[in-house]
Amino acid sequence: MGRTLIEKIMSSHGGGDCRPGDVVWIDIDNRTARDFAGASVVGNLEKYGGDSPIAERSKTFFTFDCNVPANTIPYANNQQLIRIFARKHDLKVYDVDAGIGSHVVIEEKFAKPGTTTVGTDSHLNIMGSVGAFGQGMGDVDIAYAFKTGKVWFEVPESVRVTLDGTPANGTEAKDIALAMLRRFSSHELLGKSVEIYGPWVENASLEDCVTLSSLATEMGAIIAFIPPNDNVLDFFDITRDEAVYADSDAAYLEDYSLDIEGLEPLIAAPPSPTNVFPVSEKTDVKVDGVFIGSCTNGTYQDLKYAAELLRGRKVAPGVMLKVVPATRATWARLLEEGLLKDIFDAGGIVSNAGCGGCASGQIGMTGEGEVQISTSNRNFKGKQGKGNTYLAGIGTASASAVLGRIASVHELKEVL
Amino acid sequence: MSGEMILKGRLWVLSENGKLFSDIDTDMIYHNAHLAVTDIDKMGQFAFGNLEGYKDFADKAQPGDLVLAGDNFGSGSSRQHAVDCFKALGVQAVIARSFGAIYKRNAINSGFPIIELPDLPDELFNQFETAELDLEGGILISGDNRYQGNPMSEVARDIYLAGGLFQYAEKM
Repeated sequence: MGRTLIEKIMSSHGGGDCRPGDVVWIDIDNRTARDFAGASVVGNLEKYGGDSPIAERSKTFFTFDCNVPANTIPYANNQQLIRIFARKHDLKVYDVDAGIGSHVVIEEKFAKPGTTTVGTDSHLNIMGSVGAFGQGMGDVDIAYAFKTGKVWFEVPESVRVTLDGTPANGTEAKDIALAMLRRFSSHELLGKSVEIYGPWVENASLEDCVTLSSLATEMGAIIAFIPPNDNVLDFFDITRDEAVYADSDAAYLEDYSLDIEGLEPLIAAPPSPTNVFPVSEKTDVKVDGVFIGSCTNGTYQDLKYAAELLRGRKVAPGVMLKVVPATRATWARLLEEGLLKDIFDAGGIVSNAGCGGCASGQIGMTGEGEVQISTSNRNFKGKQGKGNTYLAGIGTASASAVLGRIASVHELKEVL
Repeated sequence: MSGEMILKGRLWVLSENGKLFSDIDTDMIYHNAHLAVTDIDKMGQFAFGNLEGYKDFADKAQPGDLVLAGDNFGSGSSRQHAVDCFKALGVQAVIARSFGAIYKRNAINSGFPIIELPDLPDELFNQFETAELDLEGGILISGDNRYQGNPMSEVARDIYLAGGLFQYAEKM
């Protein structure tokens, strides 16, 4: 019997002839920790790491993205503690200027298709977007990975989701992710490895794949793999033979299909990412702020689209538009191509690269009663402050900023 | 208490609108405002600090308590704090219908027992009754009520008995 994608990756990383339910020790290609929890990783290594706390320097690094530059003294202390540890052991630090670690790992082409990456970021399973394994873990696991290069993993069951049809014009990767959250909620895929197929993913850009895979965590899934398409293979400059795909006779626990034919833009209302509605049903909700960015929707493609929608338009009076590019490289490209000026001229605030609206404080929190449209991935109560956060794609977020209420991108096109 | 396979304690039944509280995410368990804390002993005070109806949990919890919740406990972020805050308070175990995947790992790695009771009915167990949790068998018992869930996995048991992942690794 054939193997699913996760079984193949685990088998090739020390898992042997592994099957769902087996607990295996797997070799980790990229071992990372962020400024969040990184200090605890260092603490664990100082306590338990002995004389050689790092198995392989070249595969081990820190990424600062949570609170950048630090705006609280505890974060500043933690970052400095990490820097001192990193200097002592000659480890690379992607410091406060670098941007979101999970994106840096892809951008630097460390997370090639078929590789394994762990770190202290619950959205590290974003590597599923390039057909690679990634997993967020706590500081104990990560310290162990730094020291030994391995983590234990219980091989999950795999399910297959086929997206049938073509969504409507103006519908984005985020809307498709929201359609999956609407269909599966946070329980049905809990603990599963998901593989996503269908014509939409076969033609999706790398950035679209990143957006879709980034919501796996909110679906409760271990990871959502998108088998590498030509766009992803071109990015890594590899052929299909160098990537990993599931065997054609692999066994799946479930085989789902989800109809996305004609899908219109969606929005997740508070208090959870699974509380999904068509944008058209929420157009009477007034908006105080809009956040565009995050590991879900902070790529060059995302921000370029936002800039194009905002070009020549103005953010509605009284509405804050906060924009955070995912990485420094994204920032540079937006700067060079004049796209930041479009956002600035429309009335937006552009911050340095990082986790922006998700981590506390980098670009502000919401106050009691404040309505925020966010392109990020979580709107749980209290997550981003006392306000009410709605999750949507770039088109909906941009249109809502201009119209001062929840609006779809179709409505924006009627506004000059 | 470390290493015991039968845990006895006062049961906190977390409920919302008469049902077992589901989808308690890591920001409700341990809010991101306190993530820079690295001393485990200081984490207890923030446990459930953002969980509606249980914000005073840290004041009222007693060493030895057991916590019972619904589906998908600990979904969300990878923060170890959401496990450590219970250890700091002396809570012995968390029991739920199901757990978020990362939470499950974090608990196992720090040798903190968690037990899954799939499909547990909402009203079988009562707030603050004394209950007995059999880790080996995955069974929760209180008075005449008994519910069989999933036994602790082998890797979870081994790491728990060793006292944590690093201690376990030393024995490998």
